[in-house]
Amino acid sequence: MIEVQNLHKTFGKVQAVAGVSFTAPDGQITGLLGPNGAGKTTTLRMLYTLMSPETGTIRIDGIDARNQTLDARRHLGVLPDARGLYKRLTARENIAYFARLHGLGGKTLGVQVDAIINLLAMQDIADRRTEGFSQGQRVKVALARALVHQPHNLILDEPGNGLDVMATRALREFLRQQRAEGRCVLFSSHIMQEVTALCDRIVVMAKGRVAAEGTAEELRARTGAANLEDAFVSLIGTSEGLAA
Amino acid sequence: MNRTGSIRFLTAAWTVYFKEVRENLRDRRTVINALVTGPLLGPILFGLIFSFTLHRQLAEAIRPLPVPIIGATYAPNLIHALEAQGLVVQPAPKNAAAAIRAHRAQVVLVIPPGYDHAWRAGQPAGIELYYDSARQGNRTPLARLKKMLRTYSNLIVAQRLLVRGISPLLLHPVVPEDRDQATPESRSALMFSILPYFFVLTVFLGGMYLAIDTTAGERERQSLEPLLANPVSRGAILSGKLAATASFALASLTLSIVAFSVVGHFLPVRKLDVVLDLGLRFALYVLLLMLPLAVLLVSLQTIVAAFAKSYREAQTYLSILMLLPVIPSLLLSVMPLQAKPWMYFVPLLGQQLGIMDLVRGETLGTIELFSCLLGTSLAAALACVLAGKLYASERLAISA
Repeated sequence: MIEVQNLHKTFGKVQAVAGVSFTAPDGQITGLLGPNGAGKTTTLRMLYTLMSPETGTIRIDGIDARNQTLDARRHLGVLPDARGLYKRLTARENIAYFARLHGLGGKTLGVQVDAIINLLAMQDIADRRTEGFSQGQRVKVALARALVHQPHNLILDEPGNGLDVMATRALREFLRQQRAEGRCVLFSSHIMQEVTALCDRIVVMAKGRVAAEGTAEELRARTGAANLEDAFVSLIGTSEGLAA
Repeated sequence: MNRTGSIRFLTAAWTVYFKEVRENLRDRRTVINALVTGPLLGPILFGLIFSFTLHRQLAEAIRPLPVPIIGATYAPNLIHALEAQGLVVQPAPKNAAAAIRAHRAQVVLVIPPGYDHAWRAGQPAGIELYYDSARQGNRTPLARLKKMLRTYSNLIVAQRLLVRGISPLLLHPVVPEDRDQATPESRSALMFSILPYFFVLTVFLGGMYLAIDTTAGERERQSLEPLLANPVSRGAILSGKLAATASFALASLTLSIVAFSVVGHFLPVRKLDVVLDLGLRFALYVLLLMLPLAVLLVSLQTIVAAFAKSYREAQTYLSILMLLPVIPSLLLSVMPLQAKPWMYFVPLLGQQLGIMDLVRGETLGTIELFSCLLGTSLAAALACVLAGKLYASERLAISA
């Protein structure tokens, strides 16, 4: 479970995140929806402790992420916006590197690397160097190395970016599977379709703040809009930076 | 840090180290630069410069000296005497100064029409030497010609004094005699003072690619952010990266020392009466002296590369940084200062002096050795801490 309270972050004079609070519960998929520049990536970066907020608290499975940084990271699987691979290493070596940094070793290492390779159906590319991989193959490797330690909480920044239809379908299927296993899944997107298709809970962000939070039906009812897309637009105040 | 924490730190650092070494060994450009061209550059350049200088010096001492002479007919005896000493008369140019400027001659001797008259009258007979002292190659012929003229002049003086019944020995109240105390080893030190710079340069080239690849490169490839999301401290990651970079730098240095000793075997150093002993003892001492310096240089490279926004920018900065180690070598060659104990404490300068001591065939004193190791180690530790601080900054991780 991920609990966020009153996060603030400024870069110079720009207030990127101004008082964000929400909760992403276990066994649910939570979507962070907002136009480009709404502060989604900065919020996520604070959650996976790449940056520290000026004020506010972050709890990952009850662990204070600001003070127990390394412990918090052990409970997280992160697919950041930047998902560069080491192109002179094979897919398996890329995954094993991160597994070792998560403290896996010996027999467990091999078992878990094999498990995630099977889970993501990437046996055919596992022992190839990642140079020249397609966008979909690269995301698979990035996802595999983020989840090889079987984290309880998943944070994914715009996971659908650059994926074709097949890859997107596979990704959604995978995230649903993770939810079924009781994990907490939190992802960001500026694509309304993606969020509505997948999320149990939606946190709508605009201009560094949370504009609304709830299930799709709650959000629609609250705005009185005829459909979800209209509800989002009315919550954010504009359709700029969003994609259907 | 408690015990589990330390073990985790070391395991993480080792994991990063192992991965960086493996990945970079698969990069042909890095391997060629760090482990082939880098280590070979110094020895080959050194060998070429050395044999070129050697051949010129040896050849010029024996070779006949061709000199264009204007007005040779005015002084047939002088010309005979010079020819007896190895001078070969060349056809006279129209204008002596023009011939020098046009590089058609290195030195031109001009005998004016009044020579004969002054000679007969027992007056000083002037002759003119045209040359260009700004051109290095002209110094040897000029010196040889002057020496020939002096020999001739002394001979005439002796004859004239004898004719007047005076002993020519009266002209030499004080007779200085050369007793050069330079040993073949110390003479070689003079010639090989550039050697330490080559070693430093090799360390630099050896570490450069990894220093960039592990900082600016990793950020540019967008793999730094995911890496930093792992549950290991940034200090552990940086330690692994620094160790990998230092390993390449030291591998490069070791290969370079080996290459130097191979090249040293083939150089005809004995002909110049100098000694070049780059044996095992020398190699081990150089490695020891350079070990903390390698860590220092690698940390500096990492700091500079971490500042850069892109791979290319890092390359530019590092090329500038590479000029830094020239300073002590240059200083020592321009103003050859007496080695003082404190100088061994200064990074780079200490290595320069220490390696020169070794080349000179002297034993490196224990105090000097430890000053050098201690001074450079302190600087290296400082640079490591600074690199760690930089690496911990929030700004570092952001790719975009």
